[in-house]
Amino acid sequence: MQFLKVTSPHTSKQGQAGNVMLSVIYATIPGIIALTYFFGVGVLINLILASLFGLGFEALILYMRQRDITFYLKDYSALVTAFLLGLALPAYTPWWLIAVGMFFSIVIAKQLYGGLGFNPFNPAMIGYVVLLISFPLEMSSWITPAPLNGGELPSLSAALGKVFLGHELIMEGALLDGYTSATPLELMRQNDGQLVNQLYSDNPLFSQALFAGVGWEWVNIAFLAGGIYLMYKRVFTWHAPISMLAALGILAAVFYDGGSSSSLGSPLFHWLTGATMFGAFFIITDPVSSAVSNRGRIVFGALIGVLIFVIRSFSNYPDGVAFAVLLLNFAAPFIDYYTKPRTYGHKSKSKSKG
Amino acid sequence: MRQIWETPGGIHPEQNKHQSTGEQIGTIAMPPEIILPMGQHIGAPATPIVEVGQTVLKGECVAKPEGFFSAAIHASTSGTISAIEERTITHPSGMRALCVIIKPDGKDTWAPLNPCDDYTQLSKDEILERIRNAGIVGMGGAGFPTAIKANPKSNRKITTLILNGTECEPYITADDMLMRERADEILLGAQLFCHLLTDVNEILIGIEDNKPEAIAAMQAAANALNDERIHVVSFPTKYPSGGEKQLIQILTGKEIPSGGLPAQLGIVVQNIGTAVACHRAIVHGEPLISRVTTVVGQTLEKQRNINVLMGTPIGFVLQEHGFVSDYKQRIIVGGPMMGFAADNQNVPIIKTTNCILAPSTKELPLPAPAQPCIRCGMCEQACPASLLPQQLYWFSRSEDVEKLEEHNLFDCIECGACSYVCPSNIPLVQYYRASKGTIKLQREEKAKSDHARLRFEQRQERIVKAEAEKEAKREARKQAALEAKKLMAEKAAQPANGETENTTNAVDKTASKVVDPVTQKAKLTRALTSAQSRLERANAQLQTNIDEDNGSRKDALQSKIKQAELKVNDAQNKLDAFNKEHDISSSEPGTPQAKNSSAPSNDKGKDATSPALKKMAMSDAEKQAAAVASIEKRLGVATQKYKEAQEANTPTADALKLGVEKLEQKLSDAKAVLAQQANDVSANTTQPVSKNEADAALGAIERAQAKAKAKAAMTDDEKKQDQIASLKKRIDKAKTRLNKAKDENDDNIAAFENAYNKLQDKLTQIS
Ligand code: SF4
Ligand code: SF4
Repeated sequence: MQFLKVTSPHTSKQGQAGNVMLSVIYATIPGIIALTYFFGVGVLINLILASLFGLGFEALILYMRQRDITFYLKDYSALVTAFLLGLALPAYTPWWLIAVGMFFSIVIAKQLYGGLGFNPFNPAMIGYVVLLISFPLEMSSWITPAPLNGGELPSLSAALGKVFLGHELIMEGALLDGYTSATPLELMRQNDGQLVNQLYSDNPLFSQALFAGVGWEWVNIAFLAGGIYLMYKRVFTWHAPISMLAALGILAAVFYDGGSSSSLGSPLFHWLTGATMFGAFFIITDPVSSAVSNRGRIVFGALIGVLIFVIRSFSNYPDGVAFAVLLLNFAAPFIDYYTKPRTYGHKSKSKSKG
Repeated sequence: MRQIWETPGGIHPEQNKHQSTGEQIGTIAMPPEIILPMGQHIGAPATPIVEVGQTVLKGECVAKPEGFFSAAIHASTSGTISAIEERTITHPSGMRALCVIIKPDGKDTWAPLNPCDDYTQLSKDEILERIRNAGIVGMGGAGFPTAIKANPKSNRKITTLILNGTECEPYITADDMLMRERADEILLGAQLFCHLLTDVNEILIGIEDNKPEAIAAMQAAANALNDERIHVVSFPTKYPSGGEKQLIQILTGKEIPSGGLPAQLGIVVQNIGTAVACHRAIVHGEPLISRVTTVVGQTLEKQRNINVLMGTPIGFVLQEHGFVSDYKQRIIVGGPMMGFAADNQNVPIIKTTNCILAPSTKELPLPAPAQPCIRCGMCEQACPASLLPQQLYWFSRSEDVEKLEEHNLFDCIECGACSYVCPSNIPLVQYYRASKGTIKLQREEKAKSDHARLRFEQRQERIVKAEAEKEAKREARKQAALEAKKLMAEKAAQPANGETENTTNAVDKTASKVVDPVTQKAKLTRALTSAQSRLERANAQLQTNIDEDNGSRKDALQSKIKQAELKVNDAQNKLDAFNKEHDISSSEPGTPQAKNSSAPSNDKGKDATSPALKKMAMSDAEKQAAAVASIEKRLGVATQKYKEAQEANTPTADALKLGVEKLEQKLSDAKAVLAQQANDVSANTTQPVSKNEADAALGAIERAQAKAKAKAAMTDDEKKQDQIASLKKRIDKAKTRLNKAKDENDDNIAAFENAYNKLQDKLTQIS
């Protein structure tokens, strides 16, 4: 009798690449809930549109590359990219903006580089940065969080009108001048002359918040929860996110300046505003474009933390996560080179020959 | 509790150990056939010492070790040798190799054994020899001959003996059951190793904590022995803690240097089964003819451990356990992590077979199709060697050899932990194996081509040197001719003295230029005989190769023979043509030129020549002095002649006077040069005979010329002696080269031998 010939190992842990990706999607749920609570249905519209465009582009490219569409779609990587970009964009973003973003994410940043695993840059962040540079206005229009608006959120029809037809968002009993308002990060950066305490008490965005800005603080806490879930599931290790948060926190502490008028915000403020937690647990942990070893990821995360702080505090962009991540994606091979782990039986990390 | 150390990475696959630990170690019926592969260990396969049809007893040696790294093989039951032939063996590659096949007679009669109650009475060498003769090899892994491991180099002091009872692979319980049932024998075996290793001060028995019964049994046995060197150490279950490197790290915190051996750390690791085997080999005299093997898997009715005879076909074992083949059946030899799939049911149990796993397809599903690597890094977290499997995978795919080596591919122990955790189901280990194979091949090829390049360069050098020598000789001849002309002119001035001088020149010239027919004929005959002998040799070689049935070599030899035949013909033709041309009269010595000259006698010519030529061989200063002396002599003679002529009033008197004057002039010149040379140490570039040769570059030519002349000046006997001496020297050189080639097992042995033989032939021809 002839037996089947296969090589070892003959067993493997049950689990597939798709499962990893699905866990990432599940882990975004708390964040989605928080965002929707504070900013309304536009968040969900973003996600749905991004997913449709993402899967559509992915399928199209797979078809053009003559690959098995269902087999590759089942790795859910396109869906994850769509979710990440959808969550990064301001709610009620026009549909075509999302389409352009997804096109750059999936087609340019991922498939043109050879598909999953070959992309040197985080696809979602490429899409985001392209949009941010091309359409800065649309990209920084966050609506006022619901609690500051008397609990009012745009209705579904208003939202659809805004997204598809470009109508102005009209909210019943709109009280504020316009529907958008500055984010906590913008307030902090534009602040001159006021002590941090004064700023906090003068501005409802801060005065009605617990830690760091109405709405945003909860969004960040929600993403943190999702991240902890993923770490627990061992989808990624703690190295990159924790070192990023640590670097950001240390820099914030150094420049806090006792809360003076030139203060750049406390560590807690930086941790719980903008895209900090989202970035730390969902963006920089993208394994494809990050550094490979544990030590490498520590360096990778820390440098991103530093860059985020610098961009947030000293540039005109609303947040620094996307730029910081892309810059470090670029540097990842160098980090890998200098942080190779010490192999068993070797004295120190092996140097390349010559 | 002893301290234990953490190891990086590792995984926790399903244990699946309970299925086979429910029963005691069992036995099965006698198989209809015993298949004993000659290569069951690392190193050279053993050589059969039995013949087909011969009857053997249980425990009788059927094959002896071939060299140092090898192990003996014994009949595992009594019976008749039914065949010695190639069979598919128990090997990952599924290759075929020589096996001794025994048809059991069913009586299972033991051969007389050589037990020993107290091995301390034996010398260590004797014990090692007995272990070696018992054919014992490492029974857990690759089959490393135990006698070698138990006898490390004298400069390595072994202080720690580790018994590996980890058995971290899922399903396998052979060592577990052995420890439960034969703990005392294991420890006695360990003590035997300590006796051999002399300096051992601790015996660590490493067992994973998922084997509480084994730990208890070993602890009890250790307490009974009351040997305080023995420590039973348990540590958390994790795959692959049983790897030699990992176990050492867990128990001692030390790491074997990359590419090194545990002995470098003063550690020897032995397998549980090996310890038992050694104990039985020494105390009971039993060779290694059976082993405990786990038989497990859902396609079997009965799952347990059995003590099974070496050479039992796996199919028979399965059949005895109620095997029902599943769809797409795999039979795994070893565990699910590192075992390999057997080709068919006829491969036998060998010394290293610790498990036969016959899983159902449901139990161990076939690997899912691989998806792209998402660089999730899970493989990296699992790797016990702290490698970066995902990077190795990418470099393997792009065949980036340099990067692979930079990332220490060769430190991968192929444990499969990375493949196990990979969510994309990428068969990573398969890539690493393939890359290792390619790199090894490339290294071998590089070594070969380096060797070839070196040889080529050396050959180029030789050619250049030979060319230079030839050039020097050519120059020498030219100079000789020039000189001859000059001397001739001088002679014209001294007709009375001219006769011998003329001969000298003629001999000079002919000696260097024209080979007399006798030598030429001899040379041709020699060429013919040597070509013939070469042909004979090639024929003989071909014959032996035909006997050995060596195909490719045969072709090469045939073409060699053809070449040799051509050469023989060629030589024969040349010789014939020569004979025709010179008739037989050519035996007359001397050249036409020599005949023309007034002094036909070769001997006389040579006698006259030698002083003139000896001068050329002398050092410059000596030469100069000699020149002065000779000129003085000639001047004396010339003056004498001139006086005589004057007295006789012959018409040549004027001419003679001119000659005398000339010689006087020359003498003063030569004296001046000599004086200058005495002052000038570097004067050996200054040429005495003609001053315009004072060029340093011509020095070499001058020396070559001198040598050529000196040679020409030698008598035949001298020449022969000289030739013989030089030949002997060359033969010596060829011999050392040949020996060296033999030592290094160079593939040019044949060529060197040939050269050596040729030189020998030449020597006999000459002397
Ligand atoms: S576990 Fe598999 S998918 Fe993940 S990085 Fe390693 S090879 Fe790639
Ligand atoms: S097979 Fe090699 S690379 Fe993979 S985990 Fe084992 S040692 Fe590491």
